[in-house]
Amino acid sequence: MMKSLPITIDSVRKAYGSYVALDDVSLDIRGGEFLTLLGPSGSGKTTLLMALAGFVRPDSGKLLLGDRDITRLAPNKRDIGIVFQNYALFPHMNVLANVEYPLALRKTPKAEARQRALDALARVKLKGLAERNIAALSGGQRQRVALARAIVFEPRVMLMDEPLSALDKNLRETMQYEIRRLHDDLGITTIYVTHDQREALIMSDRVAVMNSGRIQQIDTPQQIYDRPSTRFVAEFMGEANIVAPGSVRRIDGADASREALMIRAESFHLDAKLVGRDGVALDGVLRAKAFRGENWLLTLALDGGQEILVSIPAALASGCAELAPGRRLTAYAPAAKVHAMPGAKA
Amino acid sequence: MLEAYPDNRPARILLWSFCALVMAFLMLPTLVVVPLSFSASNLLEFPPRAYSLRWYEAFFGSATWMAALRTSLILGTLTAMVAVPLGLLACISINRLGGKAAATIQAILLTPSIVPGILLAIGLFFVLAAQHLVGTLFGVLVGHVVLAIPVACIVLLPAMARFDWNQVQAARSLGADWARAIGGIIVPQLQISLLSATLMAFLTSLDESVISIFVASGRNSTLPKLMFLSLRDQIDPTIAAISTLWTAIVVVAVLIVTLRQKS
Amino acid sequence: MTVIADPFLAADARRERRFFLSLSLPALFIVGLAAILPIVWIIRQSFLTTGGEYTVGNYEKVLSSGLTWSALVTTLELSLGTLAICILLGTPLALALASVRPRVANLLMAFVMLPLWTSILVRTYGWLVLLRRDGLINAALTGSGLTAEPLPLVYNFTGTLIGMVHYMLPLFLLPVYAAMRDIDANLVRASASMGASLGQAIRTVIMPLSAGGIFSGSTIVFIYTIGFFITPAVLGGGKVNPLSIRIERTLSTFQDWGSASVLGILLLVLMALIGVMFLAARRLMARNNVSTAHA
Repeated sequence: MMKSLPITIDSVRKAYGSYVALDDVSLDIRGGEFLTLLGPSGSGKTTLLMALAGFVRPDSGKLLLGDRDITRLAPNKRDIGIVFQNYALFPHMNVLANVEYPLALRKTPKAEARQRALDALARVKLKGLAERNIAALSGGQRQRVALARAIVFEPRVMLMDEPLSALDKNLRETMQYEIRRLHDDLGITTIYVTHDQREALIMSDRVAVMNSGRIQQIDTPQQIYDRPSTRFVAEFMGEANIVAPGSVRRIDGADASREALMIRAESFHLDAKLVGRDGVALDGVLRAKAFRGENWLLTLALDGGQEILVSIPAALASGCAELAPGRRLTAYAPAAKVHAMPGAKA
Repeated sequence: MLEAYPDNRPARILLWSFCALVMAFLMLPTLVVVPLSFSASNLLEFPPRAYSLRWYEAFFGSATWMAALRTSLILGTLTAMVAVPLGLLACISINRLGGKAAATIQAILLTPSIVPGILLAIGLFFVLAAQHLVGTLFGVLVGHVVLAIPVACIVLLPAMARFDWNQVQAARSLGADWARAIGGIIVPQLQISLLSATLMAFLTSLDESVISIFVASGRNSTLPKLMFLSLRDQIDPTIAAISTLWTAIVVVAVLIVTLRQKS
Repeated sequence: MTVIADPFLAADARRERRFFLSLSLPALFIVGLAAILPIVWIIRQSFLTTGGEYTVGNYEKVLSSGLTWSALVTTLELSLGTLAICILLGTPLALALASVRPRVANLLMAFVMLPLWTSILVRTYGWLVLLRRDGLINAALTGSGLTAEPLPLVYNFTGTLIGMVHYMLPLFLLPVYAAMRDIDANLVRASASMGASLGQAIRTVIMPLSAGGIFSGSTIVFIYTIGFFITPAVLGGGKVNPLSIRIERTLSTFQDWGSASVLGILLLVLMALIGVMFLAARRLMARNNVSTAHA
């Protein structure tokens, strides 16, 4: 198995008239890594992917595959496997013909091509469907054929453009696992585009959060979630609860931070004993509560004026049912879960 | 579609030069006639050495041509006046009936456009001859109307498909009878398509030559029939003038309809 | 159709259906009178002598005449020739139009469709002006020294073919263009990402997916050109005689209604045969929707 290639994106810029899709984007992707470009629509993530594929020409900057400068290289010479959002399976060919297609282009002998195609189909667990017509396949099956077709010619890099967005929730979760497993088995450098933060967290080695054509932060899923560097990243990854320093006090009375703080909803406890002495406390009035099965979601109006969301797992939530709106409440969080956000206004 | 192949410069140049040639081929005959119509001489010189309006004068000054023009314009108007309302009613019918009935009606109404014109012409000739109606305006009109109905339907069927029938239901519930519903609700809303259909029906009749050749004669000859006879015999530059006028009118009419559609 | 249980409502539904049916009666009547009746009359006429008695003599006379069969051959030659040239010229044109932005394509299409709006006689006159021995093309050729003598470009098969291609090309183009526009752009991107050259992408993805459009266009070209009359009449100079011209000559010159009708039936049969062939071909294509990448 070939060692997979690293990718270097160097100051890439792309504008359409006055609209800047990519604003001096730079990124180093390690060989064999699973990197996700995460962001809302219009953030530039798909544009960046398409630039790597060769379908979008950067206005300036460089793209390197290994040591090779591919910035101006034609898309059909880049040897990259792409899975499109709508799968782009050829309707005039059956499953096997679709998967054999890249091998046929490379003049692979028929018998070998057939065997490799069948192997690829087996990898994505579609072994019996080789003769099937594309139109007769379900969404999930088409997804797998698209995957098989993209890996059968052993590319050094895989690009995936929101491949799971058309699938229903259960199928999506299965496929997230399947795709990650495929990546681990094959070791191909993979760049994955999605707007679903959960998906990014589940699947990636690293996540690059993008907004307005810029990369806001690149980090491991853990770091992105617990230690976001900007307000945008914090809020995009989930309920951020960014509070002014004045609303927060240290349990042991020491000076609180002078910067805005982010505390995730699920980091809170209602019992001070569960939190260390260096933890923090937020005092406020209960505004609303909602039982969601696995947890209770409480809305707390802090004395400083802000509202925060507090999530208490059902196992620790005895007594939540009796809490009435209007009652004074204190939420506690351990120091490790309190993240200072320099420059972020509460 | 081919953005995935931004290079391949020579292939692109080849493709677009080829397309330019084909498009020139398509436009050439229509355009080349225009300067000739203003030529002073009756020989084919290009570009014309001297300019004159003599061929336009010849056209407007000739009793035969003017009679043919009058006949064609009257026929065109009458065809549109008959074919479009009948076509509209038929399209409403098809739209409401649906299923096999609609498909059958549609197939029947579209046959005149599929059957070769020459067959319709001689068949109509036989039918009219039996009734001693060959050479009459009525005979030619019938032929033109039967060709214009499918043309009108091709325009009006999609328009009816887009139309919101609930409005008719609403009007009926408020007390409107069918005449009111069709005249007051459907017609105003289908204005642009009706205009298009009228234009198409008019042009179909105006341009119709094969049936006219067999069925019209003498005083009721149409413009195309006269042009055809003239073309078969010699190459009269008056036809260049007629052609230019014709093209100009059609282009203007189409522009008006297209601009109205856009607004 | 839903079954209405209540007998009164069912009667109302039937009445309404009858009303809507009646709306198309006027149009159906005219089409019946002026299109279907004439065809029936032709069939009847083919079996009548000039005296009005029933006979099959007309059929014997026409079907045994060499002129009939040469007319048939000419008809097919013209149609197949027109089709071949339309495919050669029209397919690249459709590809070019389908590969530019819709707004630009619409503008170019308007120019392509312009000939359709002008009268066929105007266009035919234009071709005479261009193609005659003393016409513009020959003037340019001999004037610039490219040829020594004017070429016979009209009043023959060549001229007729040029005129017919000119008429049918826009009509052929429409369905081919529509089919190509419908091709998902991602399919071409996918084939590029897998290594296909432009030629390979056109051959293995674009053309197979345009086959339906080309087929539709071909059907249109064939069915229309079989009945063409004006173009061969004016541009053929009396030397090109497809079935339509033979029908006209038999009728007007020889006043032989019976034979003209037989020729008309022959034309109709030819059309029906071609229609059946195209339907069968279409069914075959649909069944073979699955092809392999190596094919």
